[in-house]
Amino acid sequence: MSTNTSTQPRSRGKAPAGERVADWADGRLGIYSLAKANMRKIFPDHWSFMLGEICLYSFIIIILTGVYLTLFFHPSMNEVEYHGSYIPMQGQLMSEAYASTLRISFDVRGGLLIRQIHHWAAVVFLAGMFVHMMRVFFTGAFRKPREINWLFGFLLFVLGMFTGFTGYSLPDDLLSGTGVRFTQGAILSVPIVGTYISMFLFGGEFPGTDFVARFYSIHILLLPGIMLGLVVGHLILVFYHKHTQFAGPGRTNKNVVGMPLLPVYMAKAGGFFFLVFGFIALIAGIASINPIWNLGPYRPDMVSTGAQPDWYMGFAEGLVRAMPGWEINFWGHTLVLGVFIPLVLFGLFLGVIALYPFIESWVTGDKREHHILDRPRNAPTRTAFGVAWVTGYMIMLIGGGNDIIATHFNLSINAVTWFVRIGFFAGPVVAFIITKRICLGLQRRDREKVLHGRESGIIKRLPHGEFIEVHEPLSQEALYTLTAHEQYKPVEIGPTVDEHGVERKVKGTEKLRAKLSKAYYGEESQIPKPTVEEYNEITSGHGHH
Amino acid sequence: MSSQIPEENLPAAQDTAHGAVGVADEKNPFADPGLPPHEHRRQDIDERAAKRSERTVALLFTVSMLATIGFIAAFVAIPVDKIVYIFPFGHVSALNFALGVTLGVSLFTIGAGAVHWARTLMSDEELTDERHAIEAEPEVRAKVMDDFRQGAKESQLGRRKLIRNTMFGALAVVPLSGVVLLRELGPLPEDKLRHTLWSKGKLLINQNTGEPMRPSDIVTGSLTFAKPEGLEEHDHDFNNEIAKAALMLVRIQPEDIKDKRTMEWGHEGILAYSKICTHVGCPISLYEQQTHHVLCPCHQSTFDLSDGAKVIFGPAGHALPQLRIGVNDEGYLEALSDFEEPVGPAFWERG
Amino acid sequence: MKKLSARRRHPAAALVVLLLALACTGGLYAVFAPADKAQADETAQSLTIEEGKKLYAVDCASCHGTGGQGTSDGPSLVGVGAAAVDFQVGTGRMPAATSQGAQIPRKKPVYTQAEIDALAAYVASLGAGPAIPAESQYSPEGADIAKGGELFRNNCAQCHNFTGKGGALTHGKYAPNLEDVDPKHIYEAMLTGPQNMPSFPDSTLSEQNKKDIIAYLDEVNSQDTENPGGLELGGLGPVSEGLFGWIFGLGGLIAVAVWVAARTAKAKKS
Repeated sequence: MSTNTSTQPRSRGKAPAGERVADWADGRLGIYSLAKANMRKIFPDHWSFMLGEICLYSFIIIILTGVYLTLFFHPSMNEVEYHGSYIPMQGQLMSEAYASTLRISFDVRGGLLIRQIHHWAAVVFLAGMFVHMMRVFFTGAFRKPREINWLFGFLLFVLGMFTGFTGYSLPDDLLSGTGVRFTQGAILSVPIVGTYISMFLFGGEFPGTDFVARFYSIHILLLPGIMLGLVVGHLILVFYHKHTQFAGPGRTNKNVVGMPLLPVYMAKAGGFFFLVFGFIALIAGIASINPIWNLGPYRPDMVSTGAQPDWYMGFAEGLVRAMPGWEINFWGHTLVLGVFIPLVLFGLFLGVIALYPFIESWVTGDKREHHILDRPRNAPTRTAFGVAWVTGYMIMLIGGGNDIIATHFNLSINAVTWFVRIGFFAGPVVAFIITKRICLGLQRRDREKVLHGRESGIIKRLPHGEFIEVHEPLSQEALYTLTAHEQYKPVEIGPTVDEHGVERKVKGTEKLRAKLSKAYYGEESQIPKPTVEEYNEITSGHGHH
Repeated sequence: MSSQIPEENLPAAQDTAHGAVGVADEKNPFADPGLPPHEHRRQDIDERAAKRSERTVALLFTVSMLATIGFIAAFVAIPVDKIVYIFPFGHVSALNFALGVTLGVSLFTIGAGAVHWARTLMSDEELTDERHAIEAEPEVRAKVMDDFRQGAKESQLGRRKLIRNTMFGALAVVPLSGVVLLRELGPLPEDKLRHTLWSKGKLLINQNTGEPMRPSDIVTGSLTFAKPEGLEEHDHDFNNEIAKAALMLVRIQPEDIKDKRTMEWGHEGILAYSKICTHVGCPISLYEQQTHHVLCPCHQSTFDLSDGAKVIFGPAGHALPQLRIGVNDEGYLEALSDFEEPVGPAFWERG
Repeated sequence: MKKLSARRRHPAAALVVLLLALACTGGLYAVFAPADKAQADETAQSLTIEEGKKLYAVDCASCHGTGGQGTSDGPSLVGVGAAAVDFQVGTGRMPAATSQGAQIPRKKPVYTQAEIDALAAYVASLGAGPAIPAESQYSPEGADIAKGGELFRNNCAQCHNFTGKGGALTHGKYAPNLEDVDPKHIYEAMLTGPQNMPSFPDSTLSEQNKKDIIAYLDEVNSQDTENPGGLELGGLGPVSEGLFGWIFGLGGLIAVAVWVAARTAKAKKS
């Protein structure tokens, strides 16, 4: 390669300036081979593929506005008497953190806007990640080779939750302080080391004078640093794997169909950044978020009703609210199950969705790469599991806001809590069953469509007087799309007695795998898609039904 | 491979892949017809439509520039504390509203312009990229394995076990320095969570008035918050102390008090309970004077103050600690001791 | 907001209200006069009590007993004082429907202020209790808003939320929203502790404390309250913010994404 270029020296003097700069960079960075592979890289177009972009852009917005906020925010818990421009706080004792947040909100020109953009973008960022994750889940985009990227994304969601939580705690207002108190109480519930972790985290007893400064470095440096690395890794893998696509004419597992990066995707994706930024700025201009001046400075002996964390922690809040107050005392120790079980459940519930790709690939035993997305209906058990998970999540989210739900729908808070307690167990089961049935129904409908064509709405009268609806045959494109998915057959354990009549031991894991496989792909879990023979028989036989 | 399932039964072996056949026939009626032919947009065939698109894009970019000018003008001209009424948003900060809207418009129109340009003027012909397997070819794999083996062999790591073991040992131990440093993050718990500022003879100070109270000040059905005498808001450790010492005073008709000890620890039906919830430590004080229930706003633990503050609903694991109170010689309410048990959330060493 | 509240606090405002009241009821000076002043006029007082007794017999006696001694359907009114009556009847909570839910809600008052005063005078005659406060006691004028905020967060916010938007209590009971509640009624509620609300008598929450709280509420929870950031979204905190973020924030962005990714209309074949 290098010998080729040296035999034909480029006429650098005559090239336009842009090219000369590019040549200069190429000589040092090798950008041309990078550009060769990527400049006209193909990206499929689908709105649901842009959910990740919403997250990426809101992340960038959060970093930009966050840097601005650090210029004015004082991460200190020194007590000061407020004498700024906000009248209802005059003369109140508060931490410098709270006072500087008031200053940002009332005295720094544009400070309130940046604060609100920062916070709204955080709410959208987490919501976007949740929906993006669900999109990836329900279309099976997490399958090989993308399992690691799924984990990257999952970690980003979890880290995003904690970054959000630490940020929400920084202004040291009465609402966030209550949230920090809750965290401290939850830490205390950890067996054996709880009190030590609490003392170390808060630099002594709660609240102490350290946590704002410590949360600050976690919020602006530690967690975002890790997240930035993960985001870069996530994006590199998206480029490297090339994007998945939905089944359709001309779209196979071996290609990717769409628009080139330069110019269309660049304009659309770049433009979308501005759209997202503009939209969030607009929201921050018209809607207030976390008006800390209404909340007052934190004092550990004061509280307000409606004490909730931001939505992404609402799930954890719901778990804690719904839990019965179990506490076991033994040998001079206390096991605070009422708090510790929700803490563990929080990790487990999230962990299940993180590990799901590995569970599914173990059940299927499929080691091939998958680049064509599943329609959710064609993977009924997965879809049902996902809906059940989301149902459990949403019920806990309702639980986290049970007091607001109670007052706004004239319900008893105790009744709402009981609904949540029962719903957490019953809801996912019901959702699983219903979703699976819906999926199978949709599969059946697809099958009918392929075999009998589309209902045309035209009623025909047959010579003997019977009325029938004319079915139009599907186009070749539709036929292909509706039959493109593949269907697994359940794994069988095979003969347990070999040819010599010796019984083979069947391992428990093997049995479990066969059982799961049957639950996933058995007769009751999918509708066989039409075969060529069935199709030929019907279409060549006696016309349309 | 732990699985003894016959390979041919694995779904992967049951490949039903469709090749891109192109033409459907009897044998393969569901064949992939391939990419549909490209259709032109109006802008592709009608230069006037294309011109319209161009003007729209340019207009959007121009609006963005104007909005940026508007942003700067608003920043310069509008006072930071100016409040205006704007329907339906209410009495809002004029500056925040103006900056938000202008910034939003200036950014959004750049994006809208770029996207409109991409959608109507840039080529919309779908292209195809080939995918290649992520896995390396077998030869590459073999080469890598060989190289690795060669390198490992040359390092003699496998042969010289002493080096290997001590190196792993050193690497495993060295992070301990970092862990040890974290010890300075805070003090040990010791019995810090077991004591509060309350002690025998400390007066109950009304947090609203800052004055000590007489029993006659506390009427039936009322709710009052108290702090221990000597603790002032300006004190350095006020927050740490009030987080444990915060007290809630109620008065219940003696005949309504169900628990004997509750009655005895109070004074003429005046009961003093810790204000800190035993669940995770929220200040609990949603007192219902008719039911004598007190509810926590954070997680809805409910306690019955007429019955030793027992938990009657919600996630709290034990009753609110009650403070023994009495009246001193001058007729003021005072504590008779510290709380008998730790206040606030339960913890491992609580017992 | 400055303008309106300034107008409301204008010295002439009280006069305007007074004139209106006079026009309606004729000679109702008792509304703004302190109770002890009213007691000076013995004949007027006993007349009012007589009127109150008649009203009481019609609408109240069935639950509270013919002499205010209370029945199984309603508590005794002996010693609750005029302030309690003025609050309960003045906010429309009384008379209540026979079958209420967990809590008797605020309604449009059934009686005129004159009738309420008569009822209050009658109930006050049954046993000594808190009197209806004078305007000088509850007027937010000259009070310390910041101190009021601190007191509100310590004594009230746990049930009524940071700025008095209300909140849930057990078994369907609730602390109501305090937006634009008459300062007099707020004062009376603190003084008497209606329904499940605990009372905050002057001995533990001084008159000045109450004024400060009323001033704070007037500042942060009225029609004219400033919300510099924009829509206040009910002032309920993260629940409504999260809902707004999901529906309008993410929802709006997804709508934009649908537009970005949608295929441009094709030229019609002709």
